[in-house]
Amino acid sequence: MPSNEHTIKAFDAEIGQLRGLIAQMGGLAEQAIGAAMEALRLHDLEGARRIIDGDKRIDALEIEVEQLAVRIIALRAPLADDLREVVAALKIAGVVERIGDYAKNIAKRVPTIESHGEIEPLSVLPAMSVLAVQMVHDALDAFAARDAAAAVEVCARDRQVDDFYNSLFRVLVTHMMENPKTIGQVAQLLFIAKNLERVGDHATNVAEMVYFAATGTHMAERDRGPMSYSTPTA
Amino acid sequence: MTISNQHKICAKRVSVYYGAKKAIDDVSLNFDQRYVTALIGPSGCGKSTFLRTLNRMNDTVPSARIEGDITLDGEDIYDPSMDVVQLRARVGMVFQKPNPFPKSIFENVAYGPRIHGLAANKTQLAEIVERSLRRAGLWDEVKDRLSDSGTALSGGQQQRLCIARAIAVDPEVILMDEPCSALDPIATAKIEELIHELNGRYAIVIVTHNMQQAARVSQRTAFFHLGTLVEYGATSDIFTNPRQERTKDYITGRYG
Repeated sequence: MPSNEHTIKAFDAEIGQLRGLIAQMGGLAEQAIGAAMEALRLHDLEGARRIIDGDKRIDALEIEVEQLAVRIIALRAPLADDLREVVAALKIAGVVERIGDYAKNIAKRVPTIESHGEIEPLSVLPAMSVLAVQMVHDALDAFAARDAAAAVEVCARDRQVDDFYNSLFRVLVTHMMENPKTIGQVAQLLFIAKNLERVGDHATNVAEMVYFAATGTHMAERDRGPMSYSTPTA
Repeated sequence: MTISNQHKICAKRVSVYYGAKKAIDDVSLNFDQRYVTALIGPSGCGKSTFLRTLNRMNDTVPSARIEGDITLDGEDIYDPSMDVVQLRARVGMVFQKPNPFPKSIFENVAYGPRIHGLAANKTQLAEIVERSLRRAGLWDEVKDRLSDSGTALSGGQQQRLCIARAIAVDPEVILMDEPCSALDPIATAKIEELIHELNGRYAIVIVTHNMQQAARVSQRTAFFHLGTLVEYGATSDIFTNPRQERTKDYITGRYG
């Protein structure tokens, strides 16, 4: 008797559409973070502008997800795992939109970082961003596959991003103390590092929702990433 | 699953046969005074058959045979000494299709109390009729035409009249077999509101095909499939996070 398809085919089509929108949003947000880091590295002002403009597309997709989710709830009255998935999609869309905002925020700081050669820690940031973006990517893959185990695995990786941030914080503060002329620019880098750290947290949030959608229970405390980040001391 | 000790009806290892066909297979389920319990499942799953064992309505089917125990307040309802008429007064029933007697509205409600000798005089009888019609949410609509025929009412009003009729004999349990399936959404909402108001005063067991209705009116839900009880639990759990794959497939519309 059990099958994965609904008797009403249109229901499957709409759930599929919802997943598609989330995947599309996630793809754009990942891409935006990567592109923002690239624009930062190359001091590409034009690229930074494109990222800021592109964020509107992510915002529009979030609205589309909301409309479709509300429509599905109203017209299909989803239950059990269907209901959890629609609710998760609604929340995930909000989180991914936020990740898009971080990309935009990083892009906005691009013009402020000019003297690249003088700021050695700049070379470490892209590696941190790769880690954070990969978390987002894997959390959304877990959503598409309804894979609770993969979601737990994503959460476990948040610590790495946090460790990255901790060490970057110390390096940047040291750098500011040694090169007071660069304090203005390095402070901007600190914000960027913080943004990337938040991206990791949001990927963790997505993973927690994926877990809930897949299992109907909340992830055990020990499997979650740190709920809030404690400020490091230099 | 935690089971409280306030069980009104206990069904233990119940099986029902129609001739050689087993319609219910070894079902154990308890009904709590405080709850509305919804029985859900696809057509032919045995939920109505099971409901009808609770006040021995299946006795009227010649080929039906029942095994197992069903007790009402600890009393075996299938004991030969059980008075079936008395039992059905204690365990009232409302059917899918409203079935008022072809008599006046007043008589529809007064009939039960009269034959059970619940009223000492006409005044008391009139009080019971009014109280029952009020509880059924019908009084204001019919108080000026109590002598009109019950069959002249709308479908939704007829169904509430049947509920008033069931209430009039002061039952302990009310069984409802798809009480809204012949009603429009407004009449349905009124019945659901009524179930909500009756909740607590009577143990209520309702069979429904409407998943949303089960979710709206009940605190406990039992899912039947192919004559077996697949899952029983708090309604909110059944509809958000069912434990059994078969329950999930059914309530999410993946069955069939």
